[in-house]
Amino acid sequence: MTIPVLYAGSGILLFFIGLHALLIRRHLLRKIIAANIMGSGVFMVFIALGARGDSAVADPVPQVMVLTGIVVSLCFTAVAIALAVRIHNLTDCTTLAADEESSID
Amino acid sequence: MNDLILPAILLSSLLPGLIIFTLPEESIRLRTTLNLAGALVKLMFVALLFLRVVKREYSELRLPLLADMELVLRADALSMLFLALSAFLWLLTTIYAIGYLEGSPHRSRFFGFFSLCVSATTGIALSGDMITFVIFYEMLTISTYPLVVHRGTPAALHAGRIYLAYTLFGGVVLLLATVWLRAIVGPLDFTPGGVVAGTDPALYGSLTVIFALLILSLGVKAALVPLHSWLPTAMVAPAPVSALLHAVAVVKAGAFGIVRVVHDLYGIEFSLDLQLLFPLAVLAAVTVLYGSLRALTQNDLKRRLAFSTVSQVSYILMGIALANPLATIGGLVHLVHQGLMKITLFFCAGNLAETLDIHKVDEMDGVGKRMPWTMAAFTIGALGMIGLPPLVGFISKWYLGLGSLAADQAWVVIILILSTLLNAGYFLPLLYRTWFAGTQQEWSVSALPGGRETTWPLLAPPLITAALVIIFGLLAHLFGSPLYWVELITAREYGL
Amino acid sequence: MTDLLVSQHWFFWMTLIPLGAAVAAFLIPAQARWIGLATALVLPFFALAGIAATLITEGQPITGGGWPTPLGIELRRDGLALVMLAITALVGLIISCYAIGYFPARGHHHSRTRYFWPLWLFLWGGCNALFISADLFNLYVTLELVTLASVTLIALEGGKAALTAALRYLFIGLFGSLAYLLGVAVFYGAYATVDLTLLGEMLTGSRLDHAAMALMIAGLVLKSALFPLHFWLPQAHAMAPAPVSAVLSALVIKAAYIVLLRLWFEVFPSLDTIAVGHLLGLLGTVAIVFGSLLALRQERLKLLIAYSTVAQIGYLFLVFPLARNDTMATAWVGGVLLMMSHACGKAAMFMVAGTIHHTAGSDRISRLAGAGGPIGVLVVVFTLAATTIIGLPPSGGFFSKWLFINAALVTGQWWYLPVILSGTLLAAAYIARVLGWAFLDVKRSSYPVIPWVMKWPPLVLALIALVFGLIAYEPVQIALLGAPVSGPLLIGVRP
Repeated sequence: MTIPVLYAGSGILLFFIGLHALLIRRHLLRKIIAANIMGSGVFMVFIALGARGDSAVADPVPQVMVLTGIVVSLCFTAVAIALAVRIHNLTDCTTLAADEESSID
Repeated sequence: MNDLILPAILLSSLLPGLIIFTLPEESIRLRTTLNLAGALVKLMFVALLFLRVVKREYSELRLPLLADMELVLRADALSMLFLALSAFLWLLTTIYAIGYLEGSPHRSRFFGFFSLCVSATTGIALSGDMITFVIFYEMLTISTYPLVVHRGTPAALHAGRIYLAYTLFGGVVLLLATVWLRAIVGPLDFTPGGVVAGTDPALYGSLTVIFALLILSLGVKAALVPLHSWLPTAMVAPAPVSALLHAVAVVKAGAFGIVRVVHDLYGIEFSLDLQLLFPLAVLAAVTVLYGSLRALTQNDLKRRLAFSTVSQVSYILMGIALANPLATIGGLVHLVHQGLMKITLFFCAGNLAETLDIHKVDEMDGVGKRMPWTMAAFTIGALGMIGLPPLVGFISKWYLGLGSLAADQAWVVIILILSTLLNAGYFLPLLYRTWFAGTQQEWSVSALPGGRETTWPLLAPPLITAALVIIFGLLAHLFGSPLYWVELITAREYGL
Repeated sequence: MTDLLVSQHWFFWMTLIPLGAAVAAFLIPAQARWIGLATALVLPFFALAGIAATLITEGQPITGGGWPTPLGIELRRDGLALVMLAITALVGLIISCYAIGYFPARGHHHSRTRYFWPLWLFLWGGCNALFISADLFNLYVTLELVTLASVTLIALEGGKAALTAALRYLFIGLFGSLAYLLGVAVFYGAYATVDLTLLGEMLTGSRLDHAAMALMIAGLVLKSALFPLHFWLPQAHAMAPAPVSAVLSALVIKAAYIVLLRLWFEVFPSLDTIAVGHLLGLLGTVAIVFGSLLALRQERLKLLIAYSTVAQIGYLFLVFPLARNDTMATAWVGGVLLMMSHACGKAAMFMVAGTIHHTAGSDRISRLAGAGGPIGVLVVVFTLAATTIIGLPPSGGFFSKWLFINAALVTGQWWYLPVILSGTLLAAAYIARVLGWAFLDVKRSSYPVIPWVMKWPPLVLALIALVFGLIAYEPVQIALLGAPVSGPLLIGVRP
């Protein structure tokens, strides 16, 4: 078990933890955080796989990709939060299901 | 130039139709002019084409569709038969419809779709291969639906749904069969003698299945039992539409398609080898009898005529299925003859409904005295249907009888005799009521000048077609008559 | 002149013009609609120029950013990219014209007008960028651009339902793209490249490759709303303003599908895809039947059209099981043809639904009762556009069904035949239900006035959808330039 594999493995683990939360949690903020955790997992996999071979210098391409990915993820988070705030203002509700009571779990 | 006449014939009804859609309801004169001009121009082009085909010059036009697919328009003798019939009867039906729908709403819509319908029929007649045929055949389905539901009543909408369900079902089966046949055989150009003959014998089983699918799908429009029940339901449509459906467009398109499949795709010899035609003959015979039997008990006049159509169209298929030159002549000539007779009957039924509000058979007592000309035309059509010499119906039945004897299928003669008796059974009481029964009620007196029974646009078309029923019967061997033309087609098909 | 045409900048401009216009439209809201319209008028010419340039140079790939292939952003201008650029330009032009009428310059919907144009132009640029991307990561970024713009466009209506639909779509999109990205990471880890062509040559078929493929396909299936992952689509498409619904159904769905099409035919052929193909075919089958049946039950026109999209997506996914050795070209062309004709037809249908909503106050199907006058034009547009959805000739839908049936017969997968055919009948049934209302004979007291930009541009699009089968020869030939498939389209069955 090398360190990159460990990192990649935990990245995948993070991805699935996030996915689980995204599907299970109903509070919008939790969903948004869950999506971010999923994203971080994927980015970790990328970075870990960049450390290929024995050379001391990491492959720069995955790092570039992760930078781009972080920007994309940031945009999505911003839009999601804006939408969530609007929904909360309109309905006093912090979940997606329109006819269910708001929950604060 | 030679080729452009084919699209010109298509456009002569398509363009007026498209323009009519955009016209407001009130511009009656412009709409009428466009309609009649389109019909006359089309008839002129058809006459030009007719002269070419007589000289055995077959115009052709090919356009690439996808790779390996083409849109093929071609005028051969068989297309001319159907084309001339539809072009001529379109003119008459247009005149009739202008009179019939006077003052009713949505006329721009009606005449627009009416023209589209005839364009699709023209396309079917001119199709040079199966792909083109399928395209126009489906276009006919779509353009007829608005005509069937034209009245907009719940009954009309119901009939429209039934019509669409049947014909679209037929359409998808036709698509499947055509794609399959194309995959087995290659290009499906209509060729006398067929294109299937050279196929690997290992695929004969598939070819039999495809033939059954083709007959099933085309049989929907040709109203073969048990796929016929949309036709009586569609009777709620206005009379010109019924006339068009029964005599020219829809029913005939199905029958014409079956002729094309048997003659120009499978070829008579190959179909006989695979023993495909005997089941078709039996199916046609069943339909002939069943339609007549059901017609006996109908009290609604148009429904009685509809079941009569179910029966009569199968004469065409019977003639094809007997696979004998004489029977083929009888079948093909009935394509035209049945059209002339049935359109006369529907025009007259429309006149009764429009002028005197008569829809039922038992309301017809003594109507001959009130509308003598209409009922005279009706009588000629009905006697022709029964097969009384020298009317055209007799010619069809005569050749069919001769053909069945020549093909050693004497049982068909029995069917013909039975069917003739049944025809007489449902038409003669009607004629008796019309002319000899005492009037039950007082008809409204005609308000037209000279006490004319109805307006000219309603009266002239049935009189013309009735006259043709007599003329083509008496002078059957005249140059250019349906029989003359059909003999040419048959000679070419059988290589005589 | 030839130099100008051959110069490869046409493709950058196809992306940069709409993106620049989006910024301009955002900064100058007063002129937003004219900026949008000008962009929409310019882009079709660029698309045509791009086609001309490619025909001259015969489609060498080009790189951007001045870096050589492994580092630079590689752009691809094969036939598929060209036809998608062109069809997007066409549909986009019509939608832009329609939107001029739909979003009035003044009035209480001012904010919708203000934000529609920048977002729509942004989406357009994103789509164009996606079509010409040639590596996995670029496809990811462009797909995200498209999703982000779509989410905000759905939210444009501002109500509770719209916001909820938008946020749900955002989560779905995010999940889908992260799954896809994880697959990209795995491929990059194994082969150190994200270039489609290179990757296609290098794949070894290891277990990891298959896992990556599964992740990417799952993500893309989610984004293109294949059953059972379609649940977000009807709400999202029906809640949005009509021009947005048209964009979503006509273009956005296709964006994810294009990525999958490229991957399937260029990257995955060396993997074992038969089982996955069957699974996608099965899901497509269920989507066709289930989507059509639900469409039959809808009372609102927009929902009916949205469920019809679910069914049509099912047809698109039949490409994957049907593309086998001989029938690669047949199935591929069938899919591309269906994509193009569906884009035209569905956009026109949504615009009709939007106009009815706009003028009659509701898009209930019963509002069509006794349609005549200006509404009559709408019914005509709807009917013409519906021909391609049903698959009646001479529309493109008819010919793509032809190709699918041919492929199913040749590959011996006869069980797809009843699916393809019954889908046609079901589509006819739900369209006929709408038309039945239109033909019903009831008197309407007054007809609302409809701006001409909301009537005639959709009619043009519907006419193109109707005759697309007759004019499809050239587009299909262009689409096949540099395509991963080749050979005859109509294949013969051998005993």
